[in-house]
Amino acid sequence: MKNYSEDWEAVIGLEIHVQLSTKSKLFSGASTDFGALPNTQACNIDLAMPGVLPVLNEEVLRMAVKLGKALNAEINSPTSFARKNYFYPDSPKGYQISQMDKPIVENGYLDIETENGGKRIGVTRAHLEEDAGKSLHDDFEGQSGIDLNRAGTPLLEIVSEPEINTPEEAVAYLKSIHSIIRYLEISDGNMAEGSMRCDANVSVRKIGEEELGTRTETKNVNSFRFVEKAIQYEIERQIHELKSGNKITQETRLYDSQANTTRPMRSKEFANDYRYFPEPDLLPVNLEKEFIEEVLATMPEMPNEKRERFVSEFSLSQYDADLLAADKDVADFFEEVTKVSNSPKLSANWIMGELSAELNNENLGIKESKVSSNKLGQLISRIEDGTISGKIAKDIFEKIWTTGKEVDDIIKEEGLEQVTDDKEIELMIDEVIENNPQQLEQYRSGKDRLFGFFVGQVMKASQGKANPKQVNDILKSKLEK
Amino acid sequence: MDLHKLSLTKQLEGLKKGDFTSTELTSHYLNRISELDGQLNSFITVTEDQALSQAKAADDRYKKNNNFSLDGLPIAHKDIFCTKGVLTTCGSKMLSNFEAPYSSTVYDKLDKKGMVMLGKTNMDEFAMGSSNETSYFGPVKNPWNIEYVPGGSSGGSASCVSAELAPIATATDTGGSIRQPASLCGLTGIKPTYGRVSRYGMIAFASSLDQGGVIAKSAEDAALILEAMSGHDPKDSTSLKLDQPDLTKNLNNPVKGMKIGLPKEFFEKEMAPYVLKSIEEAIEVYKSLGAEIVEISLGNINLSLPIYYIIAPAECSANLSRYDGVRYGYRCEDPKDIEDLFMRTREEGFGAEVKRRILIGTYALSAGYYDAFYLKAQKCRQLVANDFSEAFKSVDVILSPTTPGTSFKSGEKTNDPVEMYLQDIFTIPANLAGLPGLSIPCGEHNGLPLGMQLVGNSLEEGKLLQFAHSFQSNTDWHMKMPNI
Amino acid sequence: MALSDQELKEIAYLARISVKEESLPSLKKELEDILGLFKELDEANTSGVDAMSHPLDLSQPTRKDEVTEEDLRDELLKNAPSVKSGLFLVPKVIDGEN
Repeated sequence: MKNYSEDWEAVIGLEIHVQLSTKSKLFSGASTDFGALPNTQACNIDLAMPGVLPVLNEEVLRMAVKLGKALNAEINSPTSFARKNYFYPDSPKGYQISQMDKPIVENGYLDIETENGGKRIGVTRAHLEEDAGKSLHDDFEGQSGIDLNRAGTPLLEIVSEPEINTPEEAVAYLKSIHSIIRYLEISDGNMAEGSMRCDANVSVRKIGEEELGTRTETKNVNSFRFVEKAIQYEIERQIHELKSGNKITQETRLYDSQANTTRPMRSKEFANDYRYFPEPDLLPVNLEKEFIEEVLATMPEMPNEKRERFVSEFSLSQYDADLLAADKDVADFFEEVTKVSNSPKLSANWIMGELSAELNNENLGIKESKVSSNKLGQLISRIEDGTISGKIAKDIFEKIWTTGKEVDDIIKEEGLEQVTDDKEIELMIDEVIENNPQQLEQYRSGKDRLFGFFVGQVMKASQGKANPKQVNDILKSKLEK
Repeated sequence: MDLHKLSLTKQLEGLKKGDFTSTELTSHYLNRISELDGQLNSFITVTEDQALSQAKAADDRYKKNNNFSLDGLPIAHKDIFCTKGVLTTCGSKMLSNFEAPYSSTVYDKLDKKGMVMLGKTNMDEFAMGSSNETSYFGPVKNPWNIEYVPGGSSGGSASCVSAELAPIATATDTGGSIRQPASLCGLTGIKPTYGRVSRYGMIAFASSLDQGGVIAKSAEDAALILEAMSGHDPKDSTSLKLDQPDLTKNLNNPVKGMKIGLPKEFFEKEMAPYVLKSIEEAIEVYKSLGAEIVEISLGNINLSLPIYYIIAPAECSANLSRYDGVRYGYRCEDPKDIEDLFMRTREEGFGAEVKRRILIGTYALSAGYYDAFYLKAQKCRQLVANDFSEAFKSVDVILSPTTPGTSFKSGEKTNDPVEMYLQDIFTIPANLAGLPGLSIPCGEHNGLPLGMQLVGNSLEEGKLLQFAHSFQSNTDWHMKMPNI
Repeated sequence: MALSDQELKEIAYLARISVKEESLPSLKKELEDILGLFKELDEANTSGVDAMSHPLDLSQPTRKDEVTEEDLRDELLKNAPSVKSGLFLVPKVIDGEN
């Protein structure tokens, strides 16, 4: 939603760093596990000791090829590495091994949904590079402590064309990438933990102008929400500056989520001459056709394909399909439930409704659900076959969540079967009518709304177990008399 | 018995036959080192205790008859090869206190075959130099005349082998650092095909040019150890996927009917008359053995020096960025911030030549200059390699002087970097093309030895050694040793 | 090839090597002499020639995605100039690349 001046447009490009979920590092055999004690997962190669050499992890090639396919991009072969030279304490070699000329993935695109319909955002390239270590600042009396556990972890940097024009589009693009990398199982895409990082290049120009404005790069945005806010802030700041007659300085800025502002980073400008040159310790990587085909054969169904299939195979609405397909774990859960329940629509509703609420309550991911897909499927089956009513099912759901018991066991133990015998229902209705002569009078003299009262009384009498439809039908005929 | 007078090959035979023990042999060398190295300064670290215990272990294995293939043979290692538990300084203040927690593949291979390390030899700082005058640990002297330089960067390795303080030494060659000191010290030095010897644990100077090799008293000795050092190493992505070669089996093959190429561009240079004379005499020897001499042209060879002095500094400027005082090595005192830490650590920890080359390399890669310098140099490098490919279609080896002359006095060239760089004009092309090259003694002038260079086609170290051995079987230049 | 003082200072900064004011002139001359070599490449005809970055015409080998390195922190940190709680200590880091 643009709430800045209507004669300006923003030009946005996103650089997304995806930490790949390999077991070992890009160029060494050290572990990439999260949360280890400092420097216990940094071997001599990661420490850039004298004489050590990088050796390439084959898994990253598979991951990059899958990403390339998912982004409708070209896979370059040969692809080669380059040194990006800069000095920093958490960059042990004084250069980062990255890719310059022939990145492994190039010229792709992603289709996103915006408020104005579908839009195609070009993906310039995705290249492999190694992550840096971390600097810790607390408790070191004016010094910083360097932990190189993260140094050497593989990253795929995905660079978009500057074809994004609003913060909302940026978030849609980011969410799409997030969904894809999780689907491909190449990364857990956790922005809060840093396994997916987003830098935004933002510039503005008057609508109609051909030339791009000067852009800034904004870093340190670690959630979808902050990406949107940071870009929004930066757009407004730039417009404000230009309107005041000032120029935009090309610089890197850091987003401050507390103040919702961006501020320039303190580093020397000409220090950014990276002096890229081909990495002499690594040879060009040839990706054989057979290798690529073998990798592509293991590609899972991608989010957009799954969405379409959910609509066509399960007759779900576009909205429901979108929601369920966005996260692979949720989509898988849905299909497991449906397999058991044979009721896609109900399954979808239960997942998006009850289950979702419960998971949010306890801050759990769907894989940690205390009601398994199997049990939910059974529960829904029991609704469909009339054993229980929808309302009772909600109670049973709660019980499964807290006790882990089987659906049928709970139904049996607590006698929650629906009452479906017409005679039984009739008896209950007769009793209710007998006990409420006043309401009967009122109903018969025109207060139609009291129908609900009678239904309620019958349900109460049956402890909720009477089949609602039958209650309705029989009650109606009795009251009509 | 003057055990040091025996060739390495004969020493191995002696050990196997039980003529003497490794402990005797090793102690003999350790004694010579302690007596004579004071004037030469060829060793930075002498590993006396470790050597004696390695020797004893070798002796025990000989007694039990389950000895390794090179068991008990002493060797000195250039201080550029990481050796676990022993200092590896690379001739620099930056690493003067560095003990690697891992060993280089070269060290491991020879250690597994039972070789006994006498110590780590002195070298030009970070392998940059042609006279061994840039070492933090002081200059090395040439045993032929201690006022003269032994050559560099493997000056320590050459000096100790020439003075017979070690029967053989490992060394490295990026632009001539094995061949040039071999020439100036009257020894046989060989640099193999790029990728033949693993660079893992061999401190990097210029990654696409560096290669490990040996400096020995003869081709026969060199072959024995070079083959043991060679072979594929998965830890080095640039190492050739070939097993250890057999470099000794064809040593005695005749060179009759084989062709020796003489690059006219080299011989068009103004050469000191004594150099030309020695080369011509050597050519006559080969002719008498039935080899054919063919004139060839390496049209782009004169671009070699500028190509090298762009590429090597560029690669080294990045390779040496890791020396920042953070994780190991020298650190300046009381750094006030990160920038100060880096800038003063590197200003104080590196010597002048190293700093010059880092700056040159940084310049060559900097924005605006990359295409004109680095990229252009890599293209010209391909031209040089193409010239060699073409030449090897018609010859077996290429012959030339190794150096423009014999050794020079200490301090003679230290004020003029470019003058020093000219020492490598004959040797650099083989590094650019990744080809194997060696130097063997072929003459003498004013009491100082002179070498000739043979360059072979890719993977043809065996052929080179065959030519060298053939020459050495018919001349005695390589037998001459200095009196120290 | 002439090198300005400003260029030299920038190069020195990029390389993180401090240069004392007094040494600037002599360093400049030394570098200019070496840089003089570079222009010898200008006349070389390299049209249609590919840059050689490796003498080997081979393909990069790969390794399996396995953890092969164990925790050797104590040994690896032995050479460190300044360590606390398993971390490398440096003067305080402010902002920067990452």
